[in-house]
Amino acid sequence: MGDHHHGPAKGLSRWLFTTNHKDIGTMYLWFSFSMFLLGGFFAMVIRAELFQPGMQLVEPAFFNQMTTLHGLIMVFGAIMPSFVGLANWLIPMMIGAPDMALPRLNNWSFWILPPTFLLLASTLFMEGGAPQAGWTFYAPLSTTYAGPSVTYFIFCIHVLGLSSIMGSINIIATVMNMRAPGMTYMKMPLFVWTWLITAFLLVAVMPVLAGLVTMMLMDVHFGTSFFSAAGGGDPVLFQHIFWFFGHPEVYIIILPAFGVISQIIPAFSRKPLFGYDSMVYATASIAFLSFIVWAHHMYTVGMPLAGELFFMYATMLIAVPTGVKVFNWVSTMWRGSLSFETPMLFSIGFLILFTIGGFTGLMLSIAPADFQYHDSYFVVAHFHYVMVAGAVFSMTAAIYFWLPKWCGRMYNETMGKTHFWISFIGFNIAFFPQHFVGLAGMPRRVPDYALQFADFNMMSSIGAFIYGASQILFLYNVIATIRSGEPVSDEKVWDGAEGLEWTIPTPAPYHTFETPPLVK
Amino acid sequence: MLIKVSDNPIVNTSAKLVAVAIIMFAFVFVVMVPLYDVLCEALGINGKPSGQVYTAVQAKVDESRTVSVQFIATNNDGMPWEFAPTATIMKVHPGAVNGTVFFARNPMPDAMVAQAIPSVSPARAAQYLHKTECFCFNRQPLDGGMSAELPLQFIVDQDIPSDIGTITLSYTIFDVTDMAGSAAIAAR
Repeated sequence: MGDHHHGPAKGLSRWLFTTNHKDIGTMYLWFSFSMFLLGGFFAMVIRAELFQPGMQLVEPAFFNQMTTLHGLIMVFGAIMPSFVGLANWLIPMMIGAPDMALPRLNNWSFWILPPTFLLLASTLFMEGGAPQAGWTFYAPLSTTYAGPSVTYFIFCIHVLGLSSIMGSINIIATVMNMRAPGMTYMKMPLFVWTWLITAFLLVAVMPVLAGLVTMMLMDVHFGTSFFSAAGGGDPVLFQHIFWFFGHPEVYIIILPAFGVISQIIPAFSRKPLFGYDSMVYATASIAFLSFIVWAHHMYTVGMPLAGELFFMYATMLIAVPTGVKVFNWVSTMWRGSLSFETPMLFSIGFLILFTIGGFTGLMLSIAPADFQYHDSYFVVAHFHYVMVAGAVFSMTAAIYFWLPKWCGRMYNETMGKTHFWISFIGFNIAFFPQHFVGLAGMPRRVPDYALQFADFNMMSSIGAFIYGASQILFLYNVIATIRSGEPVSDEKVWDGAEGLEWTIPTPAPYHTFETPPLVK
Repeated sequence: MLIKVSDNPIVNTSAKLVAVAIIMFAFVFVVMVPLYDVLCEALGINGKPSGQVYTAVQAKVDESRTVSVQFIATNNDGMPWEFAPTATIMKVHPGAVNGTVFFARNPMPDAMVAQAIPSVSPARAAQYLHKTECFCFNRQPLDGGMSAELPLQFIVDQDIPSDIGTITLSYTIFDVTDMAGSAAIAAR
């Protein structure tokens, strides 16, 4: 930083060369929202094809490309970068630091993402089409039977893994070294805590994913046989390595969401968070347990009974720290002076729907029952309750909550509440019936289905269209807020909000906390 | 803390984290892959019988028991060979050395190389089925239009639990002609 105060540079170079955490956070958020719309568009294609039984709109191979890209883009392009963007914006402001610890690295970890996803999306136009093995890309579907685009896909995974690892190193280095004087670990806001733990998870498991796709690359191009039985390898090994990454990955997605909810619910309950310490320990326990439960995704591969039991009990154990969190949020609201602005509505929506997703997760954790549920629409319903109503709802709540602070303008509350109710209703119409068709035996990742599932699928498609359309309202509301929202100048935009980020002027200046605040 | 790379604490933290990331990347190749094979073999999971040639121990043939051994031959996707067991079922005594042959024919005009991959069901029987000779230990080359009898010798362990009455030994045959030029594959 120079010796004089300066505002942002002008023009495109501001965004290309910026090392400012707020600029980079903003870019992450806009990028992830555009990926959310792209992945959402793919979901609309999927639901349009499933609107009626039979093949109407797309070829089965293209349908598979849609499910694959929808999953990959939503997980790696929308949800993960959106929380990294939020971390960039908020962590320095919450711990009283002037910026992230490694600002140039920060710029790079963002700017390698857009070309990567452009490349991934461009595989749609390649010969043989985009990857179509599902977002879990199990071998040999993704090796022996993959089209030529698999090499591009592997490269994309490598680069976005690199981006995540760099982003995480940055977050850990910031939180560990740049807290304001007096800001002890146990005084950090929970959003910072959950992100610190998430970043450790990322550093530990993104290299595992990189190793996995490296093996795929060697199998496809260099004649090795990691996953090919003919050469002495084993496709089941792929699943073990994938889920050794993949299970911590689902907590990577949800832990920052827990952090967001732990900031918002106290603000609108006008009470401090109930059980702060237990929240921290619960987050750490979930992170630890996430490493020893991976095989619950693969009960049906033929594990020995002892393995099934171990993974079943270990998985059920996760319900304990997660339950601690849910009860703490409810206890925070208990006898609070509640008000129901849009961020709070989305948080309560999160609380209810995430708990439903947690319960279906508990059902899926039961090994003998899972043989029935495995690879069915029940699984699809389950993970959309935790991914969409969990991660995406909390992300939406976060935008409504902090946007006025960031840009000094208030969003349109009526439009926000409308967005919430359309989202909430649309989401449930879309995904609740999928529990039923799943239990009745409809497999996931199919472009066509048996006639008895027709009504619920039509309902599900209508709900998905409603939910998808409500995001346009959200986009409009955000743009309208930034351009012409009602100005707010209170440092505390919300009367119940607590934390260092609410002590700086509104809108947040380009540089904050150049002199560290003293935390008592 | 333990290692100090620089006086700048941020550089220190970052260096340690980069090290963690590199270690985790190596962990996949150095630990996870070998560990998987070791565990599968040690626990007999996955129906994987031992890939090693079994050296017979002094054993009494338990003539009081008979175990059925079924043979199944499967062609992997796109493998054109004719491949079948000459006997689909054998009734054997635990401890005795038994032999059979599989029939294979390459109907294609060009020479091909095949690799058979065994699997045993029920999986826990895998550790009680010992092979002293098996065509699956090596790749099997066949010239175009030629056929061969592929030998198999095995012993059912006399310690096999009494509730296992039938063992199914299944072979899937893979076309490895393309791979045959590269390094030798693990004998399975």
